[in-house]
Amino acid sequence: MSETRDTISVPGSLPSVSRRGVLKGSLAVGAALGMPTILTRPAWAQSGFRNDPGSGATVTFGFNVPQTGAYADEGADELRAFELAVKHINGEGDGGLLKTMKPLALRGNGVLGKKVQFVTGDTQTKADAARASAKRMIEKDGVIMFSGGSSSAVAVAQQALAQEMGVVFMNGLTHSNDTTGKDRRRYGFRHFFNAYMSGVALAPVLKEELGADRRAYHLTADYTWGWTQEESLKNATEAMGWETVATVRTPLGAGDFSQYITPVLNSGADVLILNHYGKDMVNSLTQAVQFGLRDKMVNGKKFEIVVPLYSRLMAQGAGENIKGILGTKNWNWSLQDEASLTFVKSFGQAYGFPPSQAAQTCYVQTLLYADACERAGTFHPPAVIKALEDFQFDGTGDGPTLYRGADHQCFKRVLVVRGKMNPTSQFDLLEVVKEVPADVVTYDPNMFGGELGPYEV
Amino acid sequence: MTLDSPRREALVMAVFAVVILTMPLWMAPFGASYPDLLQKFAIYGIFAIGFNILFGLTGYLSFGHAAFLGVGSYAAMWSFKALSANVLPAVLGGVLISGLFAALIGYVCLRRSGIYFSILTLALAQMSYNMAYSVLTPITNGETGLKLTQTDARVFDQLAGVVPEAGLPSTSLFGLEMTGYPGFYFCAVALIGAFFVALRIFNSPFGLKLRAIKSNQTRLLYTGFNPKPHLWVAFILSGMYAGLAGALLVVTDPLAGAERMQWTASGEVVLMTILGGAGTLVGPLLGAGLIKYFENIFSSFNAQTLHDAFSFLPDFLENTLVFLISPFVGHGWHLTLGVLFMLVVIFLPGGLMEGIRRLTRLVKARRDRNSDPEGAAVVPPSSVEG
Repeated sequence: MSETRDTISVPGSLPSVSRRGVLKGSLAVGAALGMPTILTRPAWAQSGFRNDPGSGATVTFGFNVPQTGAYADEGADELRAFELAVKHINGEGDGGLLKTMKPLALRGNGVLGKKVQFVTGDTQTKADAARASAKRMIEKDGVIMFSGGSSSAVAVAQQALAQEMGVVFMNGLTHSNDTTGKDRRRYGFRHFFNAYMSGVALAPVLKEELGADRRAYHLTADYTWGWTQEESLKNATEAMGWETVATVRTPLGAGDFSQYITPVLNSGADVLILNHYGKDMVNSLTQAVQFGLRDKMVNGKKFEIVVPLYSRLMAQGAGENIKGILGTKNWNWSLQDEASLTFVKSFGQAYGFPPSQAAQTCYVQTLLYADACERAGTFHPPAVIKALEDFQFDGTGDGPTLYRGADHQCFKRVLVVRGKMNPTSQFDLLEVVKEVPADVVTYDPNMFGGELGPYEV
Repeated sequence: MTLDSPRREALVMAVFAVVILTMPLWMAPFGASYPDLLQKFAIYGIFAIGFNILFGLTGYLSFGHAAFLGVGSYAAMWSFKALSANVLPAVLGGVLISGLFAALIGYVCLRRSGIYFSILTLALAQMSYNMAYSVLTPITNGETGLKLTQTDARVFDQLAGVVPEAGLPSTSLFGLEMTGYPGFYFCAVALIGAFFVALRIFNSPFGLKLRAIKSNQTRLLYTGFNPKPHLWVAFILSGMYAGLAGALLVVTDPLAGAERMQWTASGEVVLMTILGGAGTLVGPLLGAGLIKYFENIFSSFNAQTLHDAFSFLPDFLENTLVFLISPFVGHGWHLTLGVLFMLVVIFLPGGLMEGIRRLTRLVKARRDRNSDPEGAAVVPPSSVEG
C-alpha cells in the first residue's frame, strides 16, 4: 500500500494518480471554490447595501452595551432605554417622546412600515470584545444600525468598524472630544455632549464659586476620553487664571486610587479635578473624601473636588460624598420641560425608577435614527446619513438641537449640576445650577481636525 | 507513542483541511457561521495549538502566553502603519518579533520549573501588560489601542506607488481585502499550516524528547541529557504560534489593544487547552472553539430570545424556565462556562478528547458485542481511563 510514496520519490517520473488522491483533491477544491460563492452572496451582491431589510416585515437594530466592567451600571440603563425606544417606535407602550419630538416623521408603526426587532451584546468595556460583538450583530444578525456606549475608546473603535462595514453606528454615552473630533466617521453620530463643552460650561461657574486663583490637580482615566477631558478642563480653567499643578494618569478600572490621592495632599493644590467616570469615579471620589481632602484648608482656601462629567448612577454609588460637588451633565431627570417629564414618566412606568442621562441619550439616538429612515424613505445608509446631517429638532428634553453635518455632533444646552445637600429621595441627588445654552458651547468643526470619510463604502 | 507513518499523516492533514475549510457550512446549524466568529475560531485555534506544544508536551504551564499574542498584534500593527497594508510582512513580523520576545522571556523563566515557572511567566506577562498601558503608550497608544490612520507612512506602499484612497486603508493580501470570508480563509490556511507543523513536532524525535521531559525530567538528566535547550525551543515555538495568532487578529481587524495581553487572556488559553484535552493535537482546537462560541453566541442571548424559544409552552412554565435559565446566558455566559469547565475537569480529566475517546470505545464495544457476543468481555470498562 505504499505505491504513491514510491512513485513520488523516483526522480523524473510523473507522480501517479491514486483514487484516494483524486478524491481528496477534488473534495478540497470543491469545498474551497464552492463556499465563498454560497456564503458571501447574501451580504452584498443582490441588494445595494449591507443588511438591506428588503421586503421583509421586520428590521433589526443592534444594542451593544457594557454589561460587565467599570461601566456596567450605565450599560444596564442604556439597554432599558433601547428596549423602551423600540417599544415606542413599534407603537407599544405610551409612545414616550414620539408625542413631543418635533419635527417627527415616525407614526408608531415601526420604521417604514417594518416592525423593529433588536439584538443585544456585551462590549465588556473592551474595544476587542465590542468589535467582536458588533461584527456578530452585523454579519450574523443582519442589523441595519447598531448603537451603544459608555467608553469612548470602545465607541471610537465601533465607529471605525461602522465605516468599514457600511452600517450606521449611533453613539450612546461617549464624552471624548475625539469621537466627533479627530476620530469622527461618516457612519458615526453622537447626541451626547463632549469634554470641550463640559469645560466651557463649567469654567464660569467654577470661577464664580471657587475664585479665579486656584491651583488644580488632575487625576485622569488613561484613555482617549480622560485625555481630552483633562485637556479641555485644563484649557478652560487656565484661561480664567487657574494654575495646573499636576496631571496624573490612572488606569481604567483601577479600583484602588489611594496611591494616586496621597500625593495630592502635599502638592500644594487646592482643587482636585477627577476625570473619572462610572465605578472609577465612585471609588476615587469616595477615597478622596475618606482621605479628608474636603476638610483641608490649602493656601488659605477650602479644598474642593470637581467631577467634570457627572451622572446620577455615579452619584447614587458615591452616596454622601457627592454633596456640594460641581460637574456637568447632558441631561437630568429633574428637568421640568414637557419632553423630559414625558420621558421620565414613560421610563418610570416601565422600570420603576427615573432614567439616567445614558438612558436618555440612547433612547433619543434610536428615535433619531428611526426618524431619519422614515424621512429618507429608505434604509440606504448614505440617504439616512444625509437625513441626519444638519437636522434640527426639539422636544427630546435637550431644548432646540442641531445635528451638525460637519462633524456629526449634536449641539444643545449643557447642564452644570451640583450634588444636593439635602436630597429628597435616593434618585434626587443632583440640582441643576445653570443651563448653558447651545450657542455658548458651539465651536468650530475644524478645531479638533479629523475627517468624516466617504458616504459610500 | 508510535511515530505515525507519512501516509497516515497525509490522511490526517487532508481530513483536517477539509473540516476546517468547510467550517462555514457545518457551523451554520449552530448559528456560528459568520466571518468574524469563524476567524476567531481559526485564530484562537492557532493560539491554543501553540500553547499545547509547550504545556501538552513538556508539562510546563505558562500563565503569560497572552503577552506573545499582544506582542504579535502590536508588531503586525506597526508593520501596517510603517511598512505596508499588505498582510504578509505583518504576519512575518508578528511571528518573528514575538519569537524574539519569547526567547527572552523563556531564557529567564525556564530557569525554574513547576509552579515557579508559572508564576514567573505570569509576572512577566503582567509586567508587559502594564507597560503597554503606561510607559510604552507611545508605541501601544494605551487603553485607546493602536489604530490605522490616514497619515501613516507605509513606506513600501509609497515606494510601490499605491495611491491612498479616501478613508482608511484596509489590510489586504495583494489587493484581496482581509475582512469577511477572505479573511477567514487566510486564517484557515494559516491554521492548517500551524496544525501541520504541530503534527510534525508531535511525531518527531524532538516531540518525543519533550514528552520525556514531561514524564520524568530528573531521569532524563541522569542519562546525561540536557533538557534546557529543547525546552527553550519549545517555548519559542509556542511564543511564535501566539505571535501568529496575534498578527492574524489585527489582519482581520486592524486594532490592537493592551487588554489582549491581560492575565485573563492568558488564563483563557489555559482553559481552552484543558477543556479540549492537553497533550492531544485536536483537543486545544475544540476547547478554543467552544470558549469562543460561548463568548460570542451564548452572551448574545437575552430574556427576549429565551421567551421566543419557549413561547410554545404555557405562560407560567415559560416564565419559570426563562427565570431559571437567564442567569446562565447573556452576561452570565461566564457562569455556564465555569460549570462546564468544572464538569469536564471532574468527570473527564483528559478534556473533551477523553470524552470522545470514551464514546468511540463504547460504540466499538457495542458493535463488537453485536457481532461477537463473547468478545465483548475482552474490553473491561476500566481500561477506558488514562
